[in-house]
Amino acid sequence: MENFDVIVVGGGPAGLAAAISAARAGMKTVVIERGDYPGTKNVMGGVLYSRATEAVIPEFWKEAPLERPVIEQRYGFLSGDEIFAAAYRDPAWAGPPYNAHTVLRVKFDKWLGQQAEKAGVMIITETVVEDLLYKGDNVVGVRTGRAEGDLGAKVVILAEGVNAFIAKKAGLAPQLRPDTVAVAVKEIIQLPQEKLEDRFCLEPGQGATIELFGDSTDGMLGTAFIYTNKDSLSVGVGALLEPLIRKKWTPNDLLESLKAKPYVKRLIQGGETKEYLAHLIPEGGYNAMPKLHRQGVMVVGDTAMLVNGLHREGSNLAMTSGKIAGEVAAQAIQAGDVSDQAMSVYETRLRDSFVVKDLHKYRKVTGFFEDNPHFFQVYPEIMMNAARMFFTADETPKKERQKQIMKMVFEHRSKGALIGDLFGAWRALK
Amino acid sequence: MHFLVCLKQVPDTSEVRIDPATNTLMREGVPSIINPYDAHALEEAIRLKEKVGGKVTIISMGPPQAKEALKKAMSFGADRAILLSDRAFAGSDSLATAYVLTVAIQKVHESDPVDLVFTGKEAIDGDTAQTGPGIAQRLGFPQLTYAIKVRDLNDGWVTVERKTEAGREVAKAMLPALITVEKELNELRYASLPNMMKAAKYEPEYWEAKSLPYDTTQLGLKGSPTSVVRIFPPPARSGGDKIDGMKDPQGAAAMVVEKMFQQNIIMTHPLAKGGKH
Ligand SMILES: Cc1cc2nc3c(=O)[nH]c(=O)nc-3n(C[C@H](O)[C@H](O)[C@H](O)COP(=O)(O)OP(=O)(O)OC[C@H]3O[C@@H](n4cnc5c(N)ncnc54)[C@H](O)[C@@H]3O)c2cc1C
Repeated sequence: MENFDVIVVGGGPAGLAAAISAARAGMKTVVIERGDYPGTKNVMGGVLYSRATEAVIPEFWKEAPLERPVIEQRYGFLSGDEIFAAAYRDPAWAGPPYNAHTVLRVKFDKWLGQQAEKAGVMIITETVVEDLLYKGDNVVGVRTGRAEGDLGAKVVILAEGVNAFIAKKAGLAPQLRPDTVAVAVKEIIQLPQEKLEDRFCLEPGQGATIELFGDSTDGMLGTAFIYTNKDSLSVGVGALLEPLIRKKWTPNDLLESLKAKPYVKRLIQGGETKEYLAHLIPEGGYNAMPKLHRQGVMVVGDTAMLVNGLHREGSNLAMTSGKIAGEVAAQAIQAGDVSDQAMSVYETRLRDSFVVKDLHKYRKVTGFFEDNPHFFQVYPEIMMNAARMFFTADETPKKERQKQIMKMVFEHRSKGALIGDLFGAWRALK
Repeated sequence: MHFLVCLKQVPDTSEVRIDPATNTLMREGVPSIINPYDAHALEEAIRLKEKVGGKVTIISMGPPQAKEALKKAMSFGADRAILLSDRAFAGSDSLATAYVLTVAIQKVHESDPVDLVFTGKEAIDGDTAQTGPGIAQRLGFPQLTYAIKVRDLNDGWVTVERKTEAGREVAKAMLPALITVEKELNELRYASLPNMMKAAKYEPEYWEAKSLPYDTTQLGLKGSPTSVVRIFPPPARSGGDKIDGMKDPQGAAAMVVEKMFQQNIIMTHPLAKGGKH
């Protein structure tokens, strides 16, 4: 049996970041990935955030296979055929140090894997980790599905993603529940570059993102998204499993209904669907976060539920948690102490970072919107009516029109309820 | 015994499509794999090595990224891998490819005599089935093509079962020999973890054109008397008729029979004989 300092289970952004930081600290490190190569099994929308990525690979944008730098983020509320949208655009985001890029994970993860190999990490692909190896109560390695498949390690970092079988077995990941996990599907729709840039009003090479709320998920807690890649669009939709089941939607029907919306239809017109992908997103947030460590083990990324659904941030939390875990592993091994106590430095550092701080800040959001579904149902409608009335030019005097708008609003939602909603939302988001 | 396997990295043709406008293969973004026939050739070489002892050397001609295929091949238990990579080789047809590989095999053979060369029966991105025989001819080795079973390897002879149009043929050849293989030859293995680790650490040897005594007029496009004029997909078949069997299964069955009879798929009409169904 070959022995390593650090074994990382899973070659996604969390696992690769962990492996890179451990290897850089001089640890003999191996990543075990079940796919043909890192990325083949991985899905995201995907917006990759520059700061977290840069912390792992400085100036990654010079070499990484990125699609487009995101210079515009658009938010839209759909109600029936109508849309109410707002956008923020900053052309400065088209250059270093960038804010975010769209990526295709198959390409990006593969590249990140190559960077890990350059840092001295060994990557073993097409191999599934089946369990942890114990000596007494101590974790001493992993067992893979291959012949003579045991490997020894001082520290194991679990970066298995959302379907965390190993972490679950070890009591380090919560059972997924319909109210803590979202199902997302997306299509990659090919479109000529010029057409794409025209439709999104972009200079050559620049990118934009659109998030759509409201009817895009039939009012369920979730979002739809349209992201610009080099010569394709990523179009997808995700919603919490619980309302999907209750409302008898299949994710695919949701996507088809999104694509049929007039606003979306026009953006994807003439495009050819190249790929269809589906994946789970852990949305349990702060309250569903598992215990993050035990003797000789740390859990990172999606396995640890580190996703900020409201801001569609996951890959950056994954990479930051991975990086910290890799560093903590190296320090612990160098100090000759891989006890639970030594591993707890990981949790302390994670709590001090934006990762847990953000999750903590939004810990009530999911619950709040779940308990107040009208936010995704009634409010888009109110907004649509108000905008339509406001922009319609007929012979109604404006003063009269304002009164009509207020009346319409109160018909949908009483004054008391409105104030209650406002206060509730503020409390959930503050 | 020294086994040598010729192995090619190919685009996964199940994912290659033909651009309808230009009639060229669209290889972009298509994953690369070990040519499936070559994988079976390698498997057989490794099985024989495990049985009679010896070693397995892999040779591949291809671009630098073919290294991935070689590393993967190493994980099945090969001992040495050589990548022939040079711009001078680019555009080689089967004739030039056989030449490039032969000269390299001869070099290996000088220092470490080869007993048995394996190749796949053909590469799935070209389907010529000429490279293996071309190598055998140049090496002056007897060739056993389309092997579906290696029966015996003994006393300087190898005996195989060959697939022919008429059936199976048992043939034997004196070593050193070359065998081209069909997929039925064996079942591929699932590599052991220690072999995966060995392969992950392994760096194939790179041989450039100038490190071998090549006659440069026989390399690449220059050395390739054949060229592909046009590639086109077979004409799309129109969809067949659908017969709904849910409402009236018996009537539907009768209709199927009738249609098969009309199209000469069956010669005598079973219902016409007055048989009741
Ligand atoms: C549709 C969708 C859109 C998203 N959009 C965004 C976005 O725009 N921006 C953003 O930042 N985040 C986004 N996310 C979230 C983001 O994708 C995840 O948070 C991120 O991928 C988590 O990384 P990870 O490394 O923890 O897990 P993963 O990326 O899931 O990687 C886990 C890896 O482990 C491997 N593995 C699992 N089990 C085993 C085993 N037993 N043995 C060996 N290997 C194993 C898997 O094959 C996989 O490669 C999105 C997610 C989805 C589904």
